[in-house]
Amino acid sequence: MTDADVRLVDMTLRDGMHAVDHQFTPEEMAEVAAALDAANMDVVEVSHGDGMGGSSINYGFAAADTEEYLDAVVPELTDTQLSVLLLPGIGTVEELDMAVDRGADICRIATHVTEADVSEDHFEYVKDRGIEANGLLMLSHMAGPERILEEAKLMEEYGADAVYLMDSAGALLPTDVRERISLLVDELSIDVGFHAHNNLGLGIGNTLAALEEGAVTTDGCLRGLGAGSGNAQIEVLVGVLEKAGYDINPDFFGVMDAAEDVLVPMIDDDEMPKLDNDSLMLGYAGVYSSFLRHTRRVGKKYDLDPREILVKLGEMEVVGGQEDLITDVASRLAEERDAGAAAEAASDD
Amino acid sequence: MSLDAAIVGPGNIGTDLMYKILDRGEEIDLQRMIGIFPVEESEGLQAAVDEGVDVGTDGIDSVKEYADEFDLVFEATSAGIHEQHAPVYEELGLFAVDLTPAAIGPYTVPVVNADEVVASGHENINMVTCGGQATIPLVHAVDRVADVEYAEMLSHIASKSAGPGTRKNIDKFTQTTAAGLEKVGGADRGKAIITLNPAEPPIMMRNTVYTMVHEDTDVDEVRDSVSRIESEVQGYVPGYDVTLEPTVKDQADVAFDLGDSIILTTMLEVEGEGQYLPPYAGNLDIMTSAALGAAERVAQQSVDADAIGGVSDD
Repeated sequence: MTDADVRLVDMTLRDGMHAVDHQFTPEEMAEVAAALDAANMDVVEVSHGDGMGGSSINYGFAAADTEEYLDAVVPELTDTQLSVLLLPGIGTVEELDMAVDRGADICRIATHVTEADVSEDHFEYVKDRGIEANGLLMLSHMAGPERILEEAKLMEEYGADAVYLMDSAGALLPTDVRERISLLVDELSIDVGFHAHNNLGLGIGNTLAALEEGAVTTDGCLRGLGAGSGNAQIEVLVGVLEKAGYDINPDFFGVMDAAEDVLVPMIDDDEMPKLDNDSLMLGYAGVYSSFLRHTRRVGKKYDLDPREILVKLGEMEVVGGQEDLITDVASRLAEERDAGAAAEAASDD
Repeated sequence: MSLDAAIVGPGNIGTDLMYKILDRGEEIDLQRMIGIFPVEESEGLQAAVDEGVDVGTDGIDSVKEYADEFDLVFEATSAGIHEQHAPVYEELGLFAVDLTPAAIGPYTVPVVNADEVVASGHENINMVTCGGQATIPLVHAVDRVADVEYAEMLSHIASKSAGPGTRKNIDKFTQTTAAGLEKVGGADRGKAIITLNPAEPPIMMRNTVYTMVHEDTDVDEVRDSVSRIESEVQGYVPGYDVTLEPTVKDQADVAFDLGDSIILTTMLEVEGEGQYLPPYAGNLDIMTSAALGAAERVAQQSVDADAIGGVSDD
């Protein structure tokens, strides 16, 4: 994977797509990728926020096709590897085929934490093409360590080179991370990775906890640009890991410059993830981080507090990909509210 | 006149279908349930015996042996098996209703195109996917009053109701359903997405249909069309329920450029009848209901069609 102690994967151009409603242009992606390559980043991940094939009404159409993004980024990369994401059920093997043809070095295949068995064909395909395959178990706060291990073992059996614990809702506490990662590290023969969201303010802390338990590959984004309140802020992570004595490849100043000089000028104020009340509620209620901006839009349409919608979604145990249920929940909540108001008005008469 | 039928594949789908035919088959008489294991090793065949339905335990050999008893077979095995069986059915002159993703014959959705497919002489028809049966009627309902430039469907099904076949071939589900949205639903372009949700108690099968249409579309007319097709589908899928009538999203509601189009969002749930499978498994229920619905149409049309196997031999 890498000679360093830890491999860093920058997902500004993938998880960060959620923050900009998937509207990065290929030119912007090329610029960010060039800065990350210059900073010696190990891996950059590129695609729609919901993976290849995610461009849709439900998740938002991207500003360009995956092909155009990959073609823009590939020429900018020298030593930095290129990763793409796929969620079976949203994208298919056809997208993997296209990405490998265009130069992807790593395919990351993500499923809900209890549903790894939908990914067998996709791993088989990637391994047949002779490139690295990583398995991502999403919303990992929704299953206990033993169940997660079972699912991770399936991915290992299908051919995964690494399995990631994805804290997609930013809902795990450091103790939760430790018990899950340590079990995976003990029981799997492949590498273990971690992916944080900062909804409870634990993005960097949880990442450190995962690395201390033996994770060797981990995700982050410039300025934390990602879904919800964002991911582990990668320039911070680089600084922290250096201070903690880890041997890593990325150059601290280079990554800081990529964040401040290259990314920040591209991002509007309202797009830059913040740990505000709505994103805090994602972590608290355990809701997939990319629901945030969709929930705000729907909340506005139905005149509802986004937090109220998120709490309800958390109770329903919605999973990644079910963004349409935001409208379902909001329309029902609005109906209840209106019926309640009407009843009150009637009883006042 | 009624048609004699056999079910090949006594798994969850085949068994549920058996109960539906016994419960409310009008022109379909179930003659035999055929599997590949001895009765004592097959829950489905045992259920058939309990219901007084004759069984066969030698797969396609049983079909050959008893072929003169029936005119129509429901294929409830798998895509690979149906590919092997289809030429045999054709040779024996048996009409095949294919519930697998093999799709050797044309995609068929009872309220949309079943009469047309059967009238055009096809003797092997395919039931698309569960998500396709749930959402294609709605896309068609929109398309018949406003041209659908793009249709997108999502199916959310309970993890417990997704069998190993669906899980192993999830791409087949999205690809087949997307093709069905176009070929049968009438959308210029289609996209399908499926999620499996492990929540307990299991979730009811939920679907969302987005259709992109011109901004001048008369939305009331679309709602009326959707409401009419909902009633028609309920004729063979009693638990079919539109939970959100077509609701407009315009440029203010989305982050991407809509041009001169608007998006209509429609949602529906399918509650199973619970004969054999639990009510949340509406995804399986709608397949068996649609297959029976399609077969009933075949029976109605066979009154004056000599093409149906067995009839011409008499």
